[in-house]
Amino acid sequence: MAKIKVDGTEIEVRDDMTILQACEEAGREIPRFCYHDRLSIAGNCRMCLVDVEGSPKPVASCAMPVNEGMSIHTNTQKVKKAREGVMEFLLINHPLDCPVCDQGGECDLQDQTVAYGSGKSRFDLNKRSVEEKYMGPLIKTYMTRCIHCTRCIRFSEEVAGVEEIGAVNRGENMEITTYLEKSIDSEMSANVIDLCPVGALTSKPYQFEARPWELKKTETIDVMDAVGSNIRVDTYGWKVKRILPRLNEDINEEWISDKSRYACDGLLNQRLDTPYVRHDGNLNATDWNDALNECLSFMKNHKPDEIAFLVGDFIDLETSYLIKQLSESLNIKKIECRQEGVRLPYSDRSQYLFNSTINGIEESDCILIIGSNVREEAPIINTRIRKHLLNKNIPIGLIGEKFDLTFDYEHLGNDLNILKSISDGENNFCKILDKAKKPMIIIGQSVLSRDDSLNAYSLIEDIVHQYSFLDSSWNGVNTLQLSASRIGALDMGCYQSSRSLKDIYADAENGSLKLLFSFGADEIDYSKFQNTKIIYMGSHGDRGASNSDLILPSAAYTEKDAIYINTEGRLQYAYQASFPPSEAKTDWKIINQISEMLNLNWGFVTLDDVRKKIKNQYPDLFNQVSADRPYKRLLANKASKISFDNKEIGSMIKDFYLTDSISRLSKTMAECSQIRKELRNGKAI
Amino acid sequence: MTETFSFNAESLDKVKFELSKYPEDRKQSSVMSLLDIAQRQNGGWLSKSAIEHVASHLEMPYIKVYEIVTFYSMYYTTPVGKYFVQVCTTTPCWLKGSDEVVKACKEIISEKQNELSNDGLFSWMEVECLGACVNAPLVQINDDFYEDLNYENTKNVLQSFIDGNLSPIGSQIGRKGSRAEEYVKS
Amino acid sequence: MLKAKDKIFTNLYGDQTYSLREAQSRGDWDQTIDFIKKGSDWIIDEVKKSELRGRGGAGFPTGLKWSFMPKDANKNNYLVVNADESEPGTCKDRDMIRNEPHKLLEGCLLAGFAMNAHDCYIYIRGEYFNESVVLQKAIDEAYEAGLIGKNACNSGWNFNIYLHRGAGAYICGEETALLESLEGKKGQPRLKPPFPANKGLYGSPTTVNNVETIAVVPTILRRGGSWFSSLGKTKNTGTKVFCISGHVNTPCNIEEEMGIPLKELIEKHAGGVRGGWNNLKAIIPGGSSVPMIPKSVCDNVSMDFDSLSSVKSGLGTAAVIVMDQSTDLVKAIARISRFYKHESCGQCTPCREGTGWMWRMMEKIAAGEASPGEIDRLLDVTKQVEGHTICALGDAAAWPIQGLFRHFRDEIEEQLIKKIRAA
Repeated sequence: MAKIKVDGTEIEVRDDMTILQACEEAGREIPRFCYHDRLSIAGNCRMCLVDVEGSPKPVASCAMPVNEGMSIHTNTQKVKKAREGVMEFLLINHPLDCPVCDQGGECDLQDQTVAYGSGKSRFDLNKRSVEEKYMGPLIKTYMTRCIHCTRCIRFSEEVAGVEEIGAVNRGENMEITTYLEKSIDSEMSANVIDLCPVGALTSKPYQFEARPWELKKTETIDVMDAVGSNIRVDTYGWKVKRILPRLNEDINEEWISDKSRYACDGLLNQRLDTPYVRHDGNLNATDWNDALNECLSFMKNHKPDEIAFLVGDFIDLETSYLIKQLSESLNIKKIECRQEGVRLPYSDRSQYLFNSTINGIEESDCILIIGSNVREEAPIINTRIRKHLLNKNIPIGLIGEKFDLTFDYEHLGNDLNILKSISDGENNFCKILDKAKKPMIIIGQSVLSRDDSLNAYSLIEDIVHQYSFLDSSWNGVNTLQLSASRIGALDMGCYQSSRSLKDIYADAENGSLKLLFSFGADEIDYSKFQNTKIIYMGSHGDRGASNSDLILPSAAYTEKDAIYINTEGRLQYAYQASFPPSEAKTDWKIINQISEMLNLNWGFVTLDDVRKKIKNQYPDLFNQVSADRPYKRLLANKASKISFDNKEIGSMIKDFYLTDSISRLSKTMAECSQIRKELRNGKAI
Repeated sequence: MTETFSFNAESLDKVKFELSKYPEDRKQSSVMSLLDIAQRQNGGWLSKSAIEHVASHLEMPYIKVYEIVTFYSMYYTTPVGKYFVQVCTTTPCWLKGSDEVVKACKEIISEKQNELSNDGLFSWMEVECLGACVNAPLVQINDDFYEDLNYENTKNVLQSFIDGNLSPIGSQIGRKGSRAEEYVKS
Repeated sequence: MLKAKDKIFTNLYGDQTYSLREAQSRGDWDQTIDFIKKGSDWIIDEVKKSELRGRGGAGFPTGLKWSFMPKDANKNNYLVVNADESEPGTCKDRDMIRNEPHKLLEGCLLAGFAMNAHDCYIYIRGEYFNESVVLQKAIDEAYEAGLIGKNACNSGWNFNIYLHRGAGAYICGEETALLESLEGKKGQPRLKPPFPANKGLYGSPTTVNNVETIAVVPTILRRGGSWFSSLGKTKNTGTKVFCISGHVNTPCNIEEEMGIPLKELIEKHAGGVRGGWNNLKAIIPGGSSVPMIPKSVCDNVSMDFDSLSSVKSGLGTAAVIVMDQSTDLVKAIARISRFYKHESCGQCTPCREGTGWMWRMMEKIAAGEASPGEIDRLLDVTKQVEGHTICALGDAAAWPIQGLFRHFRDEIEEQLIKKIRAA
């Protein structure tokens, strides 16, 4: 700790702080453009200059560490003049674009000019202009506005791990660009738009759409993957204009992936806004009365074991609960949420959670990844691993395809037999695991969805119990889920222990399955259900809807209050930002209405009623998550004589931008997907 | 027409020598010299292919190498003349008449900077202080300095390239290095 | 006036070749092993005794600078020699490199040993191609003769010297920008702290010294630190190679005693000001970064660090740029402003935007298209740049303009008003 004086007031701060951080602790705002607490220090904007007693020149507070006894002044004439000077320099070549610039209203340059500028301009020469640069389909560039803070360069290099943005030329000719104006190949690329303090990097899909003060802001949760990133949905009327990240130190810090940010234009496309019934091969619009009656008649026409419920990727917790209730009330045993095809006989939630928690990544001293392309499956988690790796150079090993995760790791091989060699103590990685005190294992769905997953999982559990993955303060066993609904649906019991999706396919193909009630399940192979009647409840006209016989339109994630549990098992509340189109209804209400028509007497009137019931039955779900939760072993012993015929592990994600019904219907995602294909097949890095 | 660039045997020898100067995990330090080697092999300028070749050789991202190419003045991304005449016009040379040297270049080579002369032999450009100020004004032609110039002897130097009978490098008035001219006379 | 016996650079003009044999005949590489045997503390003490101040422009006491290096044997210390001579007016290191490279190499070994370094990088500006060829040949000679390399001079100390060529960037003469460039990045200066002696090349403790500073070290050790400090004045000791350019009759490099009166320097060695001393208008005494001094100051000032600071200028690199009455001073300084705009690295706001603005304002004034009020604006802008930048290039861009108007403002305003009235 160090005792320093800020504007005459004595204050004690950590001695590893910079002057800027210390001043913030003292409640003094220091203006800045290039400084960002999640990026390395650049010290080049010179806006943060303060007076330090004993120093003849003003000092860049973002870079200078505090010293015992330092006396800092943040509002002397010298400091004021310095700030006005820097402000003037920034504005001499900055175009007068405010009226047409998207950043207006949320612009650091505007705010700091008003607060710290001199109020007048003395520049009477010509302003320079810079040609716009192409940076991909998501980032609109107006490089004339760039003030060269280099935040985007540092983000791209440090956080996203792709060294693709740079500053070419020298002096006043300096321009920020990508190599030969290539698109940025990163799932986190659009975060530079938030970072850019001016309107140089803005959102292309959101270009000219709205002014920030016109938008209604709703704080809610993202569902495009299982991370549960905290987001803010900005709406104008009932249209979702844009999605921005919300600060959450435990999950996504200040970032969200490009899919979370931009799949939202899919919310306007091919919405199921009215019930449909198929007659003579054609889907005809109808009303709810008609549709629900059809629904009931479908269900009454079949025996319980001829019916299957599939719970899709966007179903919220309350709806999963009601679906399970419905299945139990009707004695329908065939219920499944694991669209990947997992068939593990779960007996405890620790067996399918990301137990270490995302924060826990930063405590780990060794990570073993098995069959997971973390970068595409959960970009936020990948970013956190990268952040920790840059901090502490921990060993990371990967068994599976040699994915480019943006950081160096030891590729042990794409061979499940390596698990065996580690379990038998014969692999070099064993020495590394031996030394680790808080190792983490991350298991991907591509391993768990295999037919031989029991063998693989028994090896994993054996490894976990041989090394220090589990103790009273640490649970290093992590399954990485792919979808937002999965944990909630699993917790509610929407699966059968000894069966999987593949069994349901088999039932459909051999004719024992006659009716499929698909609750937003769009990631399955509908070709297996040629001879099955399908009821589809969902928000978008994607695979499910086009194959079904009865469509019940429901609300998308921005259109309802709901609870989602993320891959860590963290329960989060999402809030309604917009309205479902036309006749679409909130999911839980649809199921509830079905229950009423079946006289099940559940007694739910409001969403709160459902939540109270869930809380009563599953109080643990509402606990805080921590990295020290216990792990319950799934398989008693290590299976003997294990061999893997098809030893290579595949990859779950074929195209990062097109993984679900909303993103597949998003124009922006389609463009991103196209450009990425061109990038990767064509030339360049 | 544009071939893919790659280091020839002679260049590779030089590359090896350059890489030996730095610690093994610091290959990036040699990027400046590798770009120079590539530029010399490529006839005095760096093509896109040459830049990418150097980047791959050092396992550096293309953008990082491109930043270096555009940051330093001595890397050229467009073709230069066989004899590339760089005229210093910074104040010490200006005081001694660099305007006259520029006049000679404009007459013999081309009116505009960075334009190939009609015979394709020369191009010229203004550069900043070359660091031979006591022998001002001067030009650098490819690797060599031609010093103590005036309008006449600049034309002579340039002509000597055209004729193929090159003027000697250094002072064009017979001075020995940076020694005061007086001593030459005595 | 410097006596012949006190001269250090006896081959400054290349009367002899650079070769090892001839260098040795001039006294280089003599007693080197003895100095090393006396130990690094002794070497640093002799250099401190000599009161040698850095010859790269800043004039920081060299012995003191070397003492900042950690003595920890486990650290990888580096000596880096700054041969990126690019300050307009300066051309002294060039002569030392092409004609007396062995002085430099011997100096590197002694300085490197003193600061616990086994590796030395010499960063030479890219334009000095022929000089770099000579220097590399000299390095090869030294390796072959066992003077450097493994067990240098049989001292038990391993010492490697590597030559790194720049590629045309004045800013790489700034020590932290030089280190960045050595590491294979753009030459953009780093923030200080941390200082290079703490975190320098590749994160290791590093000292960056100018060519001349290192090249005089062997002679200082041979003749004694007190010999060096007996020359010149207190705190401004020894000899210095001056580069006299511009409107003198015989521009040249000349090694002279520190503190020599400016008038004497020019008249004795450069043939005097063109057209006589009274034809003198102004002189920039230390390279383009220092403010100019008018004739009235030149009449009496001595060429050393402190004397020139006291007249609001500086010794800098001792590059004396002489301007006579025919000079359009505004044009001369405008060209210097243009130089700084061209060389700005672009990292920090005041320099990136300010150098261009200052240059353009200077051009307006040079063209006579400005009003006197704009001079105030320009001077205000120089004050906004000065002291607010990451490195000294910002200051270097501001000072010449301040120097110009400090001494010649009335004259310039008169010209401007004349032009306005004529229009």
